[in-house]
Amino acid sequence: MLDIKNLCVSYGAIDAVRNISLHVDDGEIVSLIGANGAGKTTTLHTITGLIPAKSGSVMFNGHDLLNERNHKIVTYGMAHIPEGRHVFTRMTVQENLEMGAFSLKDDAKMSDDLDMVFGLFPRLKERRRQLAGTLSGGEQQMVAMGRALMSHPNTILMDEPSMGLSPKLVKEIFAIIRKLHDEGITVLLVEQNAKMALSIADRAYVLETGVITMEGDAKELLHDEKVRKAYLGA
Amino acid sequence: MSNQVIMFISQIFNGLKIGSVYSLVALGYTMVYGIIRLINFAHGDFIMVGAYVLMLTIPAIIACGMPAWLSVIPAILVCVAVGVIVEKAAYKPVREKGNNMTALITAIAMSLLLENGSQAIFGADYQTIPTIIQIPSIAIGDLKIDGATIVTVLLGIIIMIALQLFVSRTKQGKAMRAVSEDKEASILMGINVNSTITLTFAIGSGLAAVASLMYCISYPQVSPMMGAMLGLKAFVAAVLGGIGSIPGAMAGGLVIGVVESLTKAYIGTITGGVITSAFADAIVFGILIIVLLVKPSGLMGEPESEKV
Repeated sequence: MLDIKNLCVSYGAIDAVRNISLHVDDGEIVSLIGANGAGKTTTLHTITGLIPAKSGSVMFNGHDLLNERNHKIVTYGMAHIPEGRHVFTRMTVQENLEMGAFSLKDDAKMSDDLDMVFGLFPRLKERRRQLAGTLSGGEQQMVAMGRALMSHPNTILMDEPSMGLSPKLVKEIFAIIRKLHDEGITVLLVEQNAKMALSIADRAYVLETGVITMEGDAKELLHDEKVRKAYLGA
Repeated sequence: MSNQVIMFISQIFNGLKIGSVYSLVALGYTMVYGIIRLINFAHGDFIMVGAYVLMLTIPAIIACGMPAWLSVIPAILVCVAVGVIVEKAAYKPVREKGNNMTALITAIAMSLLLENGSQAIFGADYQTIPTIIQIPSIAIGDLKIDGATIVTVLLGIIIMIALQLFVSRTKQGKAMRAVSEDKEASILMGINVNSTITLTFAIGSGLAAVASLMYCISYPQVSPMMGAMLGLKAFVAAVLGGIGSIPGAMAGGLVIGVVESLTKAYIGTITGGVITSAFADAIVFGILIIVLLVKPSGLMGEPESEKV
């Protein structure tokens, strides 16, 4: 499980995340919702060591992530699908997926893993030789998700997977998230699309200007008056 | 074949010979730029370091009864060590604390340090390097191609193919491309970015050592400043090909070599003696200016907003 305690992160003099604590139990989908600039992406970046924390602790299955070298974290079973996909645009779809498996010692099972990803995203199979930069946003999101799966994660951090996608594609992506959940993968989901994020999650946290202001059962938050007003436009 | 055609073909071969040297050096510039967005101005001087190692080790190698060209191995080892030390000691701390401009100035400082350091050790004069290989020239009809030229061009082609295979097929090579495109995503894949940067410097410096062997086969002398002009021309080659692009650096080096060689051979005749072959360097740098004006991303580079 992932357990964050009293995490503080700052950019120079600006506190982006102030003393937040949250946890994600094995097999859960937990959503982190909040407005633009609330500190959601900062939180994910701190978990996987892309930016340093000021104080606090991040424990993941017995590993103290804040004191780990950041490229080691994926080997503990945590994948992070960053905001804006960050696929390698000048590499082919297949090369992107291969990079996802970079941390695995044994390359022998690579083709099985590729088949698994292509089974999940048949469109990627057709485009495996194409440069990822030439794909549509939805297809790039599929590459980013497939790439994360190639590392055999037990936990996936997803940052705005629905961003910039058509409603139909958003549904497809969320169906995949549900499927991964059914297979036992733990998900920490950051989303501005609060309605989708709360409908799929077991629990959720609301982040406002770097502070967690609400937390609890996702279905209850979905019907909470304040949440509805602030994030669901109702 | 008429004499003119023969002369033209041999000039092309001369151009390809020096062009292969430029290509190997340009690869070092372009790979390092690709991965840390730094023009490593000290890179040209790595050729000089390699050449001094050749000068010092060839007699010992010959004394052991081995062929002189084997001295490329100590040259590669020393150049790789110098490249990696320069990266770790000078560029890495600056990269973490400063910005691109500080790094660029540090690179110029490293270049001056290497040039003046070797001047302090070896003196400013040219010193000769023993003969490295002796290969008979090949005659095709009236056309005679120098053996050294053939060896140099072949060696260049083999190394370029090997490098291309490395970056396109191997796990480490792909990781290198991944890091040069997106460091954060690379970390998330589990790639150790710092060791990948070190590897890039090591490969670039090793190529510079091979380039010094190729250069010294035909021009067997060494001086502290020899890397400066060679490095600058290779830099022009890298920019012409599109800095950051590996095939671009290869093509750019060959083009610059051939242009330089043909300029030297024909510019006097074409302009009726107004412009002499002494202007060959000016023409090469003129290419740099034209590329920067017309197509700053180079022949094969990706258009990019950030330029040094």
